[in-house]
Amino acid sequence: MKATKSGLLVETGDAALTRGMEGSRGNRISLIRAGRAALRVLNWLCMLLLVLVFALPFGWMISTSLKTMPETMIFPPEWIPKQPVWQNYADAWNTGPFLRYFMNSVIIAIGILICQALTIIPAAYAFARYQFIGSKLLFSVVMVTLMIPAQLIFLPVYLELSALKLLNTHLGLILPFASSAFGIFLLRQGFMQVPEELIEAARLDQAKEWKIIAKLMVPMVKPVLITFALFSFIAHWNDYFWPLVMTTNETARTLPLGIAKIREVEGVATWNTLMAGNLILVAPILVVFFFSQRHIIRAFVYSGVK
Amino acid sequence: MATIELINISKKYKDETIIADLNLTIKDGSFTVLVGPSGCGKSTTLRMIAGLEQITGGEIRIDGKRVNETAPGHRDVAMVFQNYALYPTMTVRGNIEFGLKNRGIAKRERDTLVADIAEIVGLAPLLDRKPQQLSGGQRQRVALARAMVKKPKVFILDEPLSNLDAKLRNQMRTELIQLHKRLGTTFVYVTHDQVEAMSMGDEIVVMNKGLIQQADSPMNLYYDPANLFTAQFIGTPAMNVLDTRDVSGLMLQSESTVSHIGFRPERAQIEAGQQLDGFRISGEVMTRESLGAENIYQIKAASGVFFVKTFLEPLYEAPALSVVVPYEQLYCFGPDGKRLAGVKVQERQLAMAGGV
Ligand SMILES: Nc1ncnc2c1ncn2[C@@H]1O[C@H](COP(=O)(O)OP(=O)(O)OP(=O)(O)O)[C@@H](O)[C@H]1O
Ligand SMILES: [Mg+2]
Repeated sequence: MKATKSGLLVETGDAALTRGMEGSRGNRISLIRAGRAALRVLNWLCMLLLVLVFALPFGWMISTSLKTMPETMIFPPEWIPKQPVWQNYADAWNTGPFLRYFMNSVIIAIGILICQALTIIPAAYAFARYQFIGSKLLFSVVMVTLMIPAQLIFLPVYLELSALKLLNTHLGLILPFASSAFGIFLLRQGFMQVPEELIEAARLDQAKEWKIIAKLMVPMVKPVLITFALFSFIAHWNDYFWPLVMTTNETARTLPLGIAKIREVEGVATWNTLMAGNLILVAPILVVFFFSQRHIIRAFVYSGVK
Repeated sequence: MATIELINISKKYKDETIIADLNLTIKDGSFTVLVGPSGCGKSTTLRMIAGLEQITGGEIRIDGKRVNETAPGHRDVAMVFQNYALYPTMTVRGNIEFGLKNRGIAKRERDTLVADIAEIVGLAPLLDRKPQQLSGGQRQRVALARAMVKKPKVFILDEPLSNLDAKLRNQMRTELIQLHKRLGTTFVYVTHDQVEAMSMGDEIVVMNKGLIQQADSPMNLYYDPANLFTAQFIGTPAMNVLDTRDVSGLMLQSESTVSHIGFRPERAQIEAGQQLDGFRISGEVMTRESLGAENIYQIKAASGVFFVKTFLEPLYEAPALSVVVPYEQLYCFGPDGKRLAGVKVQERQLAMAGGV
């Protein structure tokens, strides 16, 4: 958009300045135009390629989830199954206590979100707005935790949870993620963009600190908050490693573990059932994403509100 | 309504002293304007009154009560910020009633208060818009409404008009004056525009480098400046100031040394033919500016460069001009910049015989 606009400006400017050189100028402009068109086509092709890279496996997953077992083995593969087999979904659902897995996933992912909201928002506000003794040091400590991979600390956490008798409980799967350094960092950046005057105005309006956070700051960083919530939700909804390590029975196991087990049930690789299970896993994420995409896009173009 | 007293106020940022020892009484119901060059501490003073800035020393009293320890929201002070500081995520109504909500005022009462204010400032049809959807002038009104609705004892305004274009600024200026008349509340207003200060304030506080130079009525500031700084700060073009050592043809009788004399450009008369009585100074005309009703000349004399402003007179085209300033229009200043009163100014006898 911008490029074409400024292009027009240049043209009119040139026209006024160099009236005598019509011929060569016309040539030059048509060259520029051709170049721009080529660029646009290239841009479009790149995007198409990207979409293909991401969409193909997804389409393949849907296709396979509706095939019969023999159909999944055909070579060359067929995209559209002759007769969609909806039974695959029921089969996947029935390979284990899927309702429980599903509920566990919901409870844990949402429980984590709630805990994170309760810890991250005040922490980010404090780091963004207050200078207290050791505030810099504390923030660095928080940032350092970003660089520690889960695989490094799962053993001590496991022992700790076990000592607290929290293995195989929802709480045990929620607590390790009750806060997030990434979230604190992200939100702190958002809060720092809010002009100080707004907070002062709110103070003059007799707003208490929690009210400033709830009514002023949080609404102002809503796009950032929603984006983070989505990342967090997806990460924990899809998480395989922690639930695997921290559970020894079915009570708190989540969907990804259930789906991983589909393979074992039949002995052979039942790709169609497996893909149906995967779709059950990602469907809620798609729904959530669908409703929040407007905010996510806003979060990435976020540049402060005047 | 309230009197504000600032007693021995000081303010330091780290080791830097911004305000050393400030004493000021802002009269109940007055429209007090703080003026001064950029960085002289106007905003800081204002913010200390509002409680947004901690004071390093001294005492602030509002209505006779010490408020040093009182939180900003509890001082009964409302502030209008330079950039309005409207809550961007709330509607106009939300902005206006936020303060009322925090005070626990019931919904029904809030609604009538908001409706009344919206009527006064002409925002009634815009109550459900967000600040981004308003023009600069409308935002300014929302900021005013938000401050007014709380019925504060003191209104504090920090350069509230500086973001508006010239026409709107004039309009809002009149509206603010009327608003002050109607409310009768104490207004404390910061600007670095002396025209704004002179036209709006009934009390003007001229500040420089954290010190109060003079606090007086607009007329007194103009006719009776206390020192060189105020003399040169008020009026356009500024008062002409000449070093007495460069000036000849004047006899100054005073108990203390007079180091500078000054006169206002509009008090100098151009001598065209007729003989005038007063301090005569002549020089080469460097520039002429004609604004229609008034003309401004910049003249280079032996004693320095000075300005002359004439009203409803023809534009003099001569390359050199001689101007005369009546003796009673000369201001004398001591070496410390203080205005000296009771200086007798006379023509030097020598001048009678010879020339300047
Ligand atoms: N937070 C701060 N830390 C350090 N110095 C500050 C701070 N705030 C203001 N100052 C200094 O205090 C002095 C006075 O600032 P202030 O904002 O009161 O000026 P002002 O008179 O309002 O100027 P302007 O007309 O430009 O708004 C300035 O020199 C400024 O650099
Ligand atoms: Mg200021």
